[in-house]
Amino acid sequence: MYCHLQRQADGLELTVQGEWRAPALPRIDAELAALPLAGATRLAVRAAGASFDLSGAWLLRDFLRRSAAAGVRGEFAGTPPAALTLVERTLAGDADAAHLDVTQQVAWLDPAAAVEGLGRRTVRAWRKLESPLDFVGRTSLALVRAGVRLQHWRPVSVARHVFDTGVAAIPIVALIGFLIAVILAYMGAQQLRKFGADIFVVDLVTVGVLRELGVLLTAIIVAGRSASAFAAEIGAMSLNEEVDALRAIGVDPIEVLVIPRLLGLLVALPLLTVIADVIGLAGGGLLCRWLLDMPLTQFLNRANTAIASTTFWVGLLKAPVFALLIAMVGGWCGLRVRDSSRDLGRLTTQAVVQAIFLVILADALFAVLFMKLDV
Amino acid sequence: MTAVVEVRGLVNSFGRQVVHRGLDLRVEAGEVFGIVGGSGAGKSVLLRTILGLQVPTAGTVLLDGRDITRMGPAELRRVKAGYGVTFQQGALFSGLTVLQNIQLPMLEHLRLPRRMLEELAHLKLRLVGLTSEAATKYPSQLSGGMVKRAALARALALDPRLLFLDEPTSGLDPIGAQAFDELVIYLQRELALTVVMVTHDLDSLYATCSRVGVLVEGRMVSDTLANIASHPQPWIHAYFQGARARRRGMDHGA
Repeated sequence: MYCHLQRQADGLELTVQGEWRAPALPRIDAELAALPLAGATRLAVRAAGASFDLSGAWLLRDFLRRSAAAGVRGEFAGTPPAALTLVERTLAGDADAAHLDVTQQVAWLDPAAAVEGLGRRTVRAWRKLESPLDFVGRTSLALVRAGVRLQHWRPVSVARHVFDTGVAAIPIVALIGFLIAVILAYMGAQQLRKFGADIFVVDLVTVGVLRELGVLLTAIIVAGRSASAFAAEIGAMSLNEEVDALRAIGVDPIEVLVIPRLLGLLVALPLLTVIADVIGLAGGGLLCRWLLDMPLTQFLNRANTAIASTTFWVGLLKAPVFALLIAMVGGWCGLRVRDSSRDLGRLTTQAVVQAIFLVILADALFAVLFMKLDV
Repeated sequence: MTAVVEVRGLVNSFGRQVVHRGLDLRVEAGEVFGIVGGSGAGKSVLLRTILGLQVPTAGTVLLDGRDITRMGPAELRRVKAGYGVTFQQGALFSGLTVLQNIQLPMLEHLRLPRRMLEELAHLKLRLVGLTSEAATKYPSQLSGGMVKRAALARALALDPRLLFLDEPTSGLDPIGAQAFDELVIYLQRELALTVVMVTHDLDSLYATCSRVGVLVEGRMVSDTLANIASHPQPWIHAYFQGARARRRGMDHGA
C-alpha cells in the first residue's frame, strides 16, 4: 500500500506512505490508477510519511496534474516533499513534454513537393552510383602509385593479408572443393548411368571443377570470410578515428588500408583456387573409383582427353578478377562506416552480400564472354 | 552503520602480474570518494570489481553490506539496478538516441506506460542540464561535454543512491569540467547520493571529493584530502606536491 484515500467533510484526503522509489513505480502507478476520484473537486495530499526519490516524486506530480486536468484540484497538507520541489525546479520552463513528438507535415499532396521529391531521389541515386565510382578511381590511382614506387608495396602488410585471407582459409576451401567433386560425381553418375555413359562422369567432374565450380566456390568462401573481415577491420578503424588520424598524418587511407589487402587477396585467391582444383580432381578420382569401379589410370586417361589446354587457365584467370571485386567491396564498405556500431554491422553485411553478388555476376559475364570467344 | 561500499582484502592478479594485494576500502553514505592512482595502478580493475563485472582472485566486495562476489546472477542483477555508472568514454549506445539511451535501464527494470518512460527520461535529461533538443540526437552528434552529461542522465535513470563515475571530467575543457563538477555536487546534495569517482583531475578532486583513496603498490591509502596531501609516501607526495599541483596552488592563490 503506497497510498490511502479517505473521504472527509470538505473533500478527499490522500495519505501517501512507504518508499516511492523507482523500482516500485509500476505498482504505485497501478494503485494510483485504481483510486476512485470521481465526483470530488478537492484533494488534500499528506506526504509526510513517505520517502521519495526523483522518479517517485515525478509520479506523484504527474498524478496530481492528471487529476487537475480531470477537475480534481490537489493540494499538499503541509510542505510538499523536497524531491517534488526538485522536479518542479528541473522542469521549470518546459511547457510540457508534448513538444517532444514533432508533428510531421503531410507533404505528398503538394505537387511541388512531388517534383522536389523526384529530384531529390534522382540526385541521391546518382550519388549512390557516383561514390563507388569515385572509390574505384581512387583505388586505381593508389594502385598505379604503388606500382611505380616499390616502398609503397608494403610487403610485410601484404604478406600478413596473404596469410589471413589465404593460408588460414586452406582447410575450408579444400573441404569445399572435395565436397563439390562428390556432389558432381554422385549426381552425374546417377544420371549418366541410365545411358551407359558412365565414363562422362569424368568429363563432368574435371571440366566442372576446373572451369567453374573450383574458382567460383573458392571466391564465395573468400567473399564470406574476407570481405566481411576487411569491412569490419577498416570500419572499426573509422569508428576509432584511426582513419582520420591517417589522413591527418598525410597518408592516404586507401593506400595503407585497401591496397595491401587487395594485393594480398590477388596473391591468395588464385593459389586457393589451385588448391580447390587439385582437391576437387582428387575427390572426383576417388569417387569414380569407389562409385563406378573405375581404375585411377582410366580416370586420368579420360581426364586428359576431356580437358582442353585452356580449361584450367579459363578457371584460374577469373580468380584475380574475383579477388579485386572482393577486396574493393570490403574496403569500400569499411571506409563508409560512420558514427555508430550499427553502421558497422550494416556495412559488414552489405560487404558480404555485394561481394558474393558481384562474384556471381562476374562469373556469368565470363561464361558469356568465353562462349563468344569459343574457348 | 554499514558502509555503502566496502572492499576487504581484495586481491586481483592476471597470470604473474599482481594488481591488487590485499586492498581495503570503505565508503560511507553521502560521501564523495575520489580514487586516484598512476596509470596501470589498477583503478579500472578496482572499479570493474566493485561493479561486479569482474570476479576478484580473492577478497570480498560488499555493497550495502551484501557480498556481491558470492551472488547468483538474479541477485546481482537487482544490485546492479541499484547503482549508476558512467564510463570514461561515455559508452552511450551509438545506435540509440539520447532519450532512448536514458530509457534503456527503465525499459529493462520498470514496466511502465510508454508516455511515462518518455517523460521520466525527459526529466533526467533536464536534471543534468541538457535541453530537449539533445533528446533526439544520436551520440555521434553530441559534443564531449554533452556525452558526459547524457551518460550521467543514463546512470541516474533508475534513481540510484550510489553513483560510480570513471574519469568524469577527462576530455573536457576547464570550463566544461568545472560545470560538470558543479553538476555532480548539485546532484549529490539534492539526491543525497554516495559518489565514487575515479579521476585524474586535481581540480575536480579538490572541488568535489570529501575523501580520497590513493592506489599505490596494490593497496589503498584513504584519508581526507588535507591529510592525504601531506602523506609521506613518495608517489602520493609527488602527486599532490608535484609541479602541476603546486602550479595549481599558485593559480588559486592557495
